[in-house]
Amino acid sequence: MLLINCPWCGPRDETEFHYGSEAHIGYPEKPEELTDKQWAEYIFYRNNPKGWFAERWVHNVGCRRWFNIWRNTVTHQFGPSYKPFTKQPSRPK
Amino acid sequence: MTIKRRHTEELPEHPDFLWKNPSPKKSYDVIVIGAGGHGLATAYYLAKNFGITNVAVLEKGYLAGGNMGRNTTIIRSNYLWDESAGIYEKSLQLWEGLEEEVGYEMFFDQRGVMTLAHSVSDLRSKQRNFYANAVNDIDSQWLTPEEVKKIAPIVNISPDVRYPVLGATYQARGGIAKHDWVAWGYAKAASDLGVDLIQGCEVKKVKVENGKVVGVDTNQGFISANKVAMAAAGHTSVLSEMAGFRVPLQSRPLQALVSELLEHVLDTVIMSGAVHVYVSQAHKGELVMGAGTDAYNSYAQRGGFHVIEHQLASALELFPIFSRAHLLRTWGGIVDIAPDASPILGLTPVENLYINSGWGTGGFKATPGSGWAFADTIAHNRAHELVKPYSLDRFVSGHLIDEHGAAGVAH
Repeated sequence: MLLINCPWCGPRDETEFHYGSEAHIGYPEKPEELTDKQWAEYIFYRNNPKGWFAERWVHNVGCRRWFNIWRNTVTHQFGPSYKPFTKQPSRPK
Repeated sequence: MTIKRRHTEELPEHPDFLWKNPSPKKSYDVIVIGAGGHGLATAYYLAKNFGITNVAVLEKGYLAGGNMGRNTTIIRSNYLWDESAGIYEKSLQLWEGLEEEVGYEMFFDQRGVMTLAHSVSDLRSKQRNFYANAVNDIDSQWLTPEEVKKIAPIVNISPDVRYPVLGATYQARGGIAKHDWVAWGYAKAASDLGVDLIQGCEVKKVKVENGKVVGVDTNQGFISANKVAMAAAGHTSVLSEMAGFRVPLQSRPLQALVSELLEHVLDTVIMSGAVHVYVSQAHKGELVMGAGTDAYNSYAQRGGFHVIEHQLASALELFPIFSRAHLLRTWGGIVDIAPDASPILGLTPVENLYINSGWGTGGFKATPGSGWAFADTIAHNRAHELVKPYSLDRFVSGHLIDEHGAAGVAH
């Protein structure tokens, strides 16, 4: 069970959250100009790093708000969590 | 009801050595990355069917120490879509003659696989699946709750539970096999045909020159190869990044568990997508159960215990008799999941580099068929007919093979 630091509520059990996969995937700015390949990348391709990963979670049985957090996919250690539309903290060492 | 299987027979004796442990040569015709089931089967069929024996299988850990040694060994071919029916049914047909072919006991046991339906929509989707199987000439039966009870008396078919059993599909040709022995059988047969199985050999870099693969850098030095085939499951993203292209895969933990050894109470395999449980009883007597994947990306080969707890709660409702059983062990593996929950197979943007990935939570059953069709793809440098629908291009063209709905979590 992960202990996840919600930036609004503090550390809570993983079972209070829902996973949102990779963070910082924005909707294409000029969707009408995208090729099929670019659409495929936007819709289906996500990074899958072995190591630090900036990802989204939603605190769905708490404050019900989305946030971003750094997590290491090998050790499950968390780095800083941060609210949407705020500056991304640098990748933990 | 009689238990007609081989539960009580003693295991056959092993030879002292099943395969050689050579040092890597400087160069090979084909390097297969990953000595799991799919990698070993690929090497075996390259040698057996195409006479390509100058082959190395590189394994960073030990042979079959990844998902091949961690799965719940369920074998079936009753998938919804034609593309899936094609490759999984080919695989099941190969299973049916595999022990004789490789000359090694694998405890392949066609005890049947039952998939339960628990709600009206679940029932309709299972019936759709059942009719799709009939159209594809794949053996399938529809069972009423009473027929479920007849085949598996320990299932609770009371209507007064949260997820009552409303019916089930049943594939009598489905079943289980002993996963380690399957890997060892393929390894022995491949080694006997001249394939080098090299353990403790980690690929650090896939070398590409002018868009063509030329070999791999490993912790045992550079090894050149005309062709390189990736069969690395959860680590496929890491390898493809080394080769300079992306794949639409996410790596997640998938957990499984066994109980202590018990009297034989379950003579078939029972799956339920709706309540996230799949269970069979191993020949020795352990109940083998699988859970759903953990929610997050991971390379850690472990997951949260709450996933196991949730899984056991579901199992207990279906099988009240399990309440007395003790949990013996849980473990996790890392599965690579594509957006449509179907594998990604075939050629890659790099010439002479091939991909066999995305089997997600259900790769074990496909081991023979995947190896057979992948070897053909590598030998001819073009996708085999069964492999064609599984190309990377499908994510651009939109020809997805959406087995999510058909398979539920218990893939």
